[in-house]
Formats: sequence, structure tokens, C-alpha cells
Amino acid sequence: MSSTTTTEERGGSALRERLSGVVSQLAAAGALIVVFVFLSFASPVFLSADNLFNIGVQTSYTAVIAIGMTLVIITAGIDLSVGSVAALSGVVGVVLMVQVGIPVVPAIIGGVLVGALCGLVNGLLVSVAGLNPFIATLGMLSVARGLVYIPTNAKAVFGAPDSFRLLGQGVIGAIPIPIIVVAVVAIVGYVVLSRTKLGRYAYAMGSNREAARLSGIPIKRYLTSVYVISGALAGFGGMIASSQVASGQPNFGMGLELDAIAAAVIGGASLFGGQGTVVGTLIGAFLIALIRNGSVLLDVNIYYQQVIIGVVIWVAVLWDQYRRRRLAASD
Amino acid sequence: MSSPETRTEAEEPIVRLRGVSKEFPGVLAVDGVDLDILPGEVHVVAGENGAGKSTLMKLLSQVERPSGGEIELSGEKMGFHGPRYAQASGIAMVYQEFALAPHLSVAENLFMGREPGRFGFVSRGAEKEEARELLGRVGLHTNPDRLAGSLSVAEQQRLEIAKALAIEARIVIMDEPTATLAEREIEDLFGVIRDLTADGIAILYISHRLDEIFRIADRVTVMRDGRVVDTLPASELDEDGLVRLMVGREVGNLYPKPETEIGDVLLRASGVSRGSVLKDCSFEVRSEEILGFAGLVGAGRTELARAVFGADPVDSGTVELEGETLRVRNPQDAIESGIGYLTEDRKDEGLALQLGVDQNITLANLPGRFGFINLGTERRTAQRRRDELNIRTPSIRRSVQVLSGGNQQKVVVAKWLETEAKVLFFDEPARGIDVGAKAEMFGLIGDLAGEGRGIVLISSYLPELLNMCDRILVMREGEVAGVIPREEFSEERVISLATGTKEAA
Repeated sequence: MSSTTTTEERGGSALRERLSGVVSQLAAAGALIVVFVFLSFASPVFLSADNLFNIGVQTSYTAVIAIGMTLVIITAGIDLSVGSVAALSGVVGVVLMVQVGIPVVPAIIGGVLVGALCGLVNGLLVSVAGLNPFIATLGMLSVARGLVYIPTNAKAVFGAPDSFRLLGQGVIGAIPIPIIVVAVVAIVGYVVLSRTKLGRYAYAMGSNREAARLSGIPIKRYLTSVYVISGALAGFGGMIASSQVASGQPNFGMGLELDAIAAAVIGGASLFGGQGTVVGTLIGAFLIALIRNGSVLLDVNIYYQQVIIGVVIWVAVLWDQYRRRRLAASD
Repeated sequence: MSSPETRTEAEEPIVRLRGVSKEFPGVLAVDGVDLDILPGEVHVVAGENGAGKSTLMKLLSQVERPSGGEIELSGEKMGFHGPRYAQASGIAMVYQEFALAPHLSVAENLFMGREPGRFGFVSRGAEKEEARELLGRVGLHTNPDRLAGSLSVAEQQRLEIAKALAIEARIVIMDEPTATLAEREIEDLFGVIRDLTADGIAILYISHRLDEIFRIADRVTVMRDGRVVDTLPASELDEDGLVRLMVGREVGNLYPKPETEIGDVLLRASGVSRGSVLKDCSFEVRSEEILGFAGLVGAGRTELARAVFGADPVDSGTVELEGETLRVRNPQDAIESGIGYLTEDRKDEGLALQLGVDQNITLANLPGRFGFINLGTERRTAQRRRDELNIRTPSIRRSVQVLSGGNQQKVVVAKWLETEAKVLFFDEPARGIDVGAKAEMFGLIGDLAGEGRGIVLISSYLPELLNMCDRILVMREGEVAGVIPREEFSEERVISLATGTKEAA
């Protein structure tokens, strides 16, 4: 075959091609548009800037955590500890401000580091000790929750300085800061996944661990890094959530891991590894958020939300499987 | 195996296919196939990958529904009711990857889905009794209480065949049954096949391996592009003729061995030992040399390559490259020193299937720095390798799982060329790829040697080694049994070293 460089192989359009591939192939993207259009007509309030920003703010920490989760899922792993870790980080961050008296920004970084440390333990348990990711992070789910309860006695920590509210409640111009934060994390996440060795190796390890090892990829180091990133983002998500309520809540984030996994999976990530994108996960997170918001606006019984979201998970993954099978059959 | 002459033309086929077709979206995988399967015959279906063999077998075992045509069983038209119906009608399939439950016993596996007993209870006594009898017929003399997972590969295959007997199959379909067997085990399997055919059971046998086809077949049906090219008695075919029918054109020399100028020692491994798997193994490879690793399955060929490559930990041994002693603790070290290893199993160990052609090519040596990938360089690298190795893919972005076996193998080769390896181990490089692609692969291996690399070629198929290699190292039970220079090559010599039998003078 002689080499004719087709447009799809040229660099400039690569990003657009891969993006449009995600959007056109993902059932969730279609569903997001359908739900969006439907709500625009069904509710007069929906399409207001206030409401849309509100959705963005409410889903911000879930989105941040789900991006970390996506990275882990791509390696064929799972991180069940993100909810507990978010609570631990959020509380530690607030304690650093209130009781230790550290300024806000270093305290936030402290919270994120606590998350990263939990992630490091997860990562070492998975990559060095050889524990199954489900088990390793299930343990951390319990450990982190226990660690936040012990010193607080499960009571919230109040008294954070006002400036701390900026992270979760502030605005720059008209745009809420948490939305900007999600955008930044998403862009960084996109770059990491598509342009860095870490991202590439995550896909390779998830697609075929042994092939990756025999290609000379230092599996332990990269696998550990992936869990550290997930832990750090869980910690960051916890800080955003703490900022939104201006306190450290030891009970925060129960079941949050399931939202994060749902967002990633609806967004096309495969629990068998090797597949998943930041764009897909954002779509998944916002689809869930829209369904919740729509239910409130349309005054649907709140318990139906749960049912609808569950069905959305099924349909999204079934559609994905169907598409993949067709792809395989046509070869 | 009854000889074709003893059969009369009037013999009633067990199964008769008439104009059977299967269309997938955009592809006519099986196109108007006529086929008769006679009682007691070994009927080989040969053809390249994608010729439609496997699809045809799925139609017969009712895993897939035909789009057209008719299948008759003993003269009566068969409806389509799925695999259970096909089994009940006496058509059994022994898959390449066995469908056994490893945590259940041999007997439980044997009767899965049709346990003797009633009211939902299983009669264990009856189960065991019947199991012994069936296992005896396939020469598997083992306790029916053993866990299926503890059987060797060859034994598991016997168990699969016994499962076919348990349902009183009249046709047993075997898909590449020897792919994972050692020579000795293949001989035993053929013995079992002959016993079955003597009882009037027909064997429908899918195979790539030409040598085998001539050893076992009564009749051969060659498929190409979904159609039957011809059905012939095996006695009327020779190897060249069969290849021509499969490929549809003349294939030049299958093993184009180039003339090379063998140079200095590149790689020297000394005293490599690992438990009972490798015992004090030493060898050397020179530049422009192709060294073969021969031996029975389990003799330690793959293990020796993996040890030198750092894929498995070793107890002792040293590896020198161009006179310098290397410290190889893992594949990373080996790759950095200039050693590459193309695994035996592309899909399990060689490729990240979901990733693109480009991403697989650069996997072992990503261009870029500070942790970032230079996507432009990556794209150009992939395009260059695609053109150079003639990798046929709709786009370098496409995931490698859509490529043919031969092209997948070339992607793996491209990956190792990117590491600038000086010594390359090829472990069964021709397994599972088409005849045409094989010739291309061996041509490529020859070229790589010609460019000054040292090549180690591991193969279970002796003609590959005898044609391609400059020397053959024969392994037996984890030891180097001997090294034969090209002037002294003979099949007998290799086999006698591999099996440890005295050479017939």
C-alpha cells in the first residue's frame, strides 16, 4: 500500500476526529442532547443561566472525582474508596484551617495530599502487594471513613474562613469557580490521557497487562501513579464539597463512588479496561445531573430519579456492547 | 481411518450442505457451500484465515443461523434451533479454547447439562460409571473425580472429545485441535481420531498445518473467500497443490532464506537456570545469524527466551551483549540493552488489542520527553513502519483487533524494530497466520538478519527451522541437548535430540 496521508491521519484534525468519534458513537451523548432539548421545552426554568450554572456547581465534585475514576477504570481497575477519601480530605483540610491555623490554599493542598496518600496506599496494595483493585479500595473505603470518624466523633467541623467558600461558591465574572475548576481538571485529564506516557500506558495496561510488561513498561510505577491521581482528585473533590458547605462533613460522600463509576461507565469506559475518555465521563456526569435536575423541575417523585439513572446505565452500556459487537462482526 | 477406496459412491452422507450461505453486514462469509460428510471419514476443511471455515462450522453446529441454503441430516432437512439442538442431533464441536468448568470434576464436566438422575438430583454413582467408560474410549485414564482444571491441555482436549461421545455425536468438529499439543500428544490424538472413525463417527477437522492434513485426512475441502474451491481425496493432493488451492495463486518460496555473512557474537547466554524448567542453558547468537530453538512443547524453548529477556526471574546465569555483561532484571532492562522478544501468543502477550496500530507500534519506545508523547513523531513513525513492512490497515489509527493475524504480527515486529533491538527472539511467528503472510514473515525475518541483527527463531514446525536457520539448538527437558550446524540438518537428527532417542545410524 502506498502512503497517501489521508486527512484523518493529519495531526490538526486528530483531536477533532477523536472528539467527534466520542460524541457520535456514544449513546450517552445522544441521550444528553435529547434530555437537554426535552427539558428546555418542558420546563421554563431549565434553560436559565442560573439553573444551568447550578447544575454545573452541584455536579462539580462528582465530575472531578469521576475523571480520576476514569483513569483507574481504563487500567482495568476500580477505586471504591473515593467517597470516603473525599470526606477524609475535606475534613482534614478544614481542620488544618480551623484548628491548625494554616492559610486556605496550603490547607486545600493538604487535603489533596491526604487524598493522594490514600491513593498511594491503594496503588501499592494493587501493584506491589497484588491485591485485586476492588478489594484494595474496598478496604480503603472503610479505613478512610473510620479515620475521619475517630478524631471528629462523626461530627462536622465548622468555622472555615470565608475565603475558603470561593472554591465551591465563588464566581469569576459570571461563571462559578467550581465549573472553571471542572473545566481545568478535564482539560488536564484529557491531555494526560491523550498526550502523556502515563495516559498511554494506562490504556495499554488496561488493554493487555502482560503485553505492556513485555514491552518494557514499568507497570508498578505507573499503576501506582494512577491510584495516587484518583486519590488526589477524590481529595480535591472533597475540598470543593467542603467549601460548598463551608465545613468538614465526616459523613460526606457515601455512595459517591457509585456516581463516579456510573458517570465513567455511561461515558463509555469499560470495566475490563482499555477504554474510557474524559469527554465521555463528563457527558456521563452531566447526564446524571440533568436527570436529577429535570426531575426536580418537573416535580417528578424523587425516587424515580434512581430508577431512571439505573436504566440509563443499562442502556448506555448495552448500546456500547452492541456497537462493539457489530464492529467486531464486520471484520 | 478407513481408506477412501473401501467406500462406495453410494454411501449416504451423515450431513449434506446444499448452497449454504451466511451473510454478515457487508460480508458474505460463507457463499453457497455444498459439502457432504460421510460416516467414518476424516474430512479436513482447509483454507486461509477469513476463508470462512470457522463460520461454516458455526453454521453446522447452529451457533449461527444460515442466511440461505439447506442442511440435511441423514437425508432430512434440519431446522435451525440453536447449538443444543445441533448437539442433540449428533453434531458436536470441540473448540480450540475448551469450554470446560475448571472447578468441576471430570465427570461433572462430562455430563454438564444432562446429568444422570432425576428430580433435579444427580446420581453420582451412575455418573462415575458412565464417565469411566467414555474416558476409556478417548484414552483418558484418569479419576473422574479429578478437577478438570488440573488436567493437562491434552487431557482437557480428550475430555472435550469424551463430551462429544457422551452426547452420542455422529460428527465431531475439531477446530485446530493440535494448536496447543506437543508432537507426542498429536500422535495420540490421531490415534483417538482413528478409533472414532472406525466406529463410524465422522471427524470434521479444521487445520492450517499442511503436514497434519496429509497425515490425518481422508478428504480435503479447500475454502477460499467463503466458497468451496474443491473437495478432493487427500491422496490426490500434494503440499504445493494444496497451498495453491488455498491461496489461489502460486506462492513462491515459503522460506526465503537469504545468503548472509555471519559475523561476531552478539548475544551470549551462559548457565541460565530456573528451577526445574531451565538447567544450565548456554547459547550464543551471531550477527546476521538465525539460530533455531527446537524441542518438544515444554522442553523450555520459550522459557529460555523469556529468561534471557528478563520476563521471568532466573536463579542463575549471565547474559552478554557484544561482550558486555548485562544486568537484566526485567523486560525494561533487556529492551534498553537491545534485546527484543516477540511472544508466542500475539493476543495474550504481544498486542494491546484495543489500542491503535500506531499506539502498538510505539508502545515499547514512545517518542517524546518529560512524560509527554510527541504525537507527530508517533504518527510519522507508524506510517513509515506501515509502508516499510507493508502492514495492511485501513488507517494507522484503527485498533489492531481488526487486522488479520499476519498484519497483527507485523505490527508486533514494527514495535520491536522501534526499540532498535540488535537481537530478536521470534517465538512461533507463523502461528495462526495465512500461508501467504507466512512467506512474507519469513522473508522479513531473513531481511532483519541480513541487516546485521541476531535472530532466534522458536518453532514447533521443523520445516520452518530447517529452511530458515543457520544453526538449530535443540532443547530437551530444560537442557540444551545439542546444537546442529546447517550442514548437518536433518529432521531425524533434531527429533532424536529432542526426544533423547538414539539416532538410527
